[in-house]
Amino acid sequence: MAAVQETVDRVRRIDVDQYRYGFETLIESDKAPKGLSEDTVRFISAKKNEPAWMLEWRLEAYRRWLTMTEPNWARVDYPKIDYQDLYYYSAPKPKKTIGSLDEIDPDILETYKKLGIPLREVEVLEGVVRPEGERRIAVDAVFDSVSVATTFQKELKQAGVIFMPISEAIREHPELVRKYLGTVVPTSDNYFATLNSAVFSDGSFVYVPPGVRCPMELSTYFRINERNTGQFERTLIIADKGAYVSYLEGCTAPQRDENQLHAAVVELVTHVDAEIKYSTVQNWYPGNSEGKGGIYNFVTKRGDCRGNNSKISWTQVETGSAITWKYPSCILRGDNSRGEFYSIAISNGHQQVDSGTKMIHLGKNTTSRIISKGIAAGVSQNTYRGLVTAHRKATGARNFTACDSLLIGDKCGAHTVPYIEAKNSSALFEHEATTSKISEDVLFYCVQRGLSQEEAVGLVVNGFVKDVLQQLPMEFAVEAQKLISISLEGSVG
Amino acid sequence: MSILEVKNLQVRVEEREILHGLSLTVNPGEVHAIMGPNGSGKSTLSHVIAGKPGYEVTGGEILFKGENLLEMSPDVRSSKGVFLAFQYPVEIPGVATMTFLRTALNAQRKARGESEFSTPDFLKKVRSVAASLNIPQDMLRRGVNVGFSGGEKKRNEILQMALFEPSLCILDEMDSGLDIDALRVAADGVNALRSPDRAMVVITHYQRLLNYIVPDFVHVMSKGKVVKSGGKELALELEASGYAQFEDAA
Ligand SMILES: Nc1ncnc2c1ncn2[C@@H]1O[C@H](COP(=O)(O)OP(=O)(O)OP(=O)(O)O)[C@@H](O)[C@H]1O
Ligand SMILES: [Mg+2]
Repeated sequence: MAAVQETVDRVRRIDVDQYRYGFETLIESDKAPKGLSEDTVRFISAKKNEPAWMLEWRLEAYRRWLTMTEPNWARVDYPKIDYQDLYYYSAPKPKKTIGSLDEIDPDILETYKKLGIPLREVEVLEGVVRPEGERRIAVDAVFDSVSVATTFQKELKQAGVIFMPISEAIREHPELVRKYLGTVVPTSDNYFATLNSAVFSDGSFVYVPPGVRCPMELSTYFRINERNTGQFERTLIIADKGAYVSYLEGCTAPQRDENQLHAAVVELVTHVDAEIKYSTVQNWYPGNSEGKGGIYNFVTKRGDCRGNNSKISWTQVETGSAITWKYPSCILRGDNSRGEFYSIAISNGHQQVDSGTKMIHLGKNTTSRIISKGIAAGVSQNTYRGLVTAHRKATGARNFTACDSLLIGDKCGAHTVPYIEAKNSSALFEHEATTSKISEDVLFYCVQRGLSQEEAVGLVVNGFVKDVLQQLPMEFAVEAQKLISISLEGSVG
Repeated sequence: MSILEVKNLQVRVEEREILHGLSLTVNPGEVHAIMGPNGSGKSTLSHVIAGKPGYEVTGGEILFKGENLLEMSPDVRSSKGVFLAFQYPVEIPGVATMTFLRTALNAQRKARGESEFSTPDFLKKVRSVAASLNIPQDMLRRGVNVGFSGGEKKRNEILQMALFEPSLCILDEMDSGLDIDALRVAADGVNALRSPDRAMVVITHYQRLLNYIVPDFVHVMSKGKVVKSGGKELALELEASGYAQFEDAA
């Protein structure tokens, strides 16, 4: 209990600090008026200097959205969102810039230390501007690492990889964006995706040309160039024939946002023989001890294995948010294509997680693999919801699903909701599910060998999720491991 | 000063008293054997010394090198040198044995204010101890006790004991499940750790183990108490006549 209190206090202090640092000061003219209307959509589009077709696309989505109702089937519970009481556009707010890490709350630094994030990166993430020169630059451009970013840019350019904010891509590569945007997640797909289509703020665009293996993990790039993309993020990644790219979204560092509602859309397309590996580490603010103030994370992520022999793999580590509602999915259209979903979802305190995946087998001999590890602590609820379907033409489709849940304490819940539909008799689907409580005997064994109770929980949980952690890019696997331990602090004893 | 002094210990589990005023004193360099029928409270005693939750101490005290052990959390007891080799070592899937050993050793060292072992030093140490216990390297890469045979689990306990260098070793039925050869290797491992400033409490049902690990004292437990203490010949006596004679004494 003491540790929970500590965490809560820490978060509270962070709150106070951000307020003190002027987090709330906004330049009104950079904000769309409150509420959602056609004017809001036009405002956003104009702010971004978008071509007419883009505005039309947004407006169509907006009109569609008006006719839709919010889904309520997920096992999550939250107060009704007043969509007219939200802001839909505000220019990215520069963090308060500071002279050195000495000015940062030692508790925040401690969290970074626990995560093992090098101090230089902490400076960047916390917006430290080094004293030389009086430059006051936004977070994503601060650092001396600008030079590193530039080197990366050069390398990507040489390889022919296009990697830029989607708002820029809309202007610079309209033919590519028009060709692919909304083809995986149609504007009409679901309530939150439609909303996103109307008002998306920014996000990433990646195009890897035929035969090119992206010369770096795009995660590496991101780490030093974290962008404030706002609450309605839109990402589009295309791997052309035989191309490969690994992309990491998010950050282990604690993330806060005054925007409570986040509704992102991510679309992936792989052509023949191409592969996309998409990893997410998400550590949004989960809310205070009563669950108030945390982020609502309603995300639509979908990959389309359009070409034969192509592959899409989703790996996610979800530790944050008050409410998470996301189902990264794969449409296995090409013959012999493969979809993978590896997930670690941790819920503590009052968090509610409803996550899972959909594997839609359309092509012949398509295969998919789902490994889901849910960990529930505190009074949280953690649901895995998975759909595996095989179309009539998907002869020889195979799926393997393993869902394991680990409960810490006896006030939390884990639920597994698998849906399976095979429309042809040659499809072979295997499903395994286990739910277990963290064993007192195992914890005591660790503690007898000198580990504290919390270290013991961290160790056991990390063992439980190992299969999934191994899927992450190396440098993040180590941090994710620490993040898992941190997010379970105070969950036992 | 004694390493361990258990004085008139009374322990309850779920409202039921299991230990009814047990006393035991163990000095540095000594090896004590505890024998007794199933359910007499041997494991309970070892758990209470190690600080396992779920036991309520309703009377008496336990001193470790003169300090009140009952006030310390179990991880503190560990870092101060209390080691319990479990009767049933648990499995920890996904945690490589090597990782576990290192995490535990460094946690203990940190708690004592000592520096962490460097990777090469640590590896060197583990490898030499593992070799002496016939523990193959690939076992160290596997999850802690996952898929280990009964004998391998016990050897893994001795390995940890050798690595952590505790001052009090409690071995709860380390002989159960071991074949003769494995028993000899494990016993050799234990004997190698005998030293003038370390004490051991060896819990067993069989006199056979005591041929390999020769105790200085033997105690007979029955119904939650020590009912008779003596030298190593007491074990032989028990082997011949069984526990029945002590049941009444309890
Ligand atoms: N958690 C528990 N809940 C209820 N009873 C318990 C619990 N733990 C131990 N006991 C009881 O306490 C008594 C002593 O058990 P303990 O395991 O200490 O015996 P033991 O001497 O180690 O036996 P063995 O030789 O079979 O290992 C037994 O009657 C047992 O059923
Ligand atoms: Mg026992």
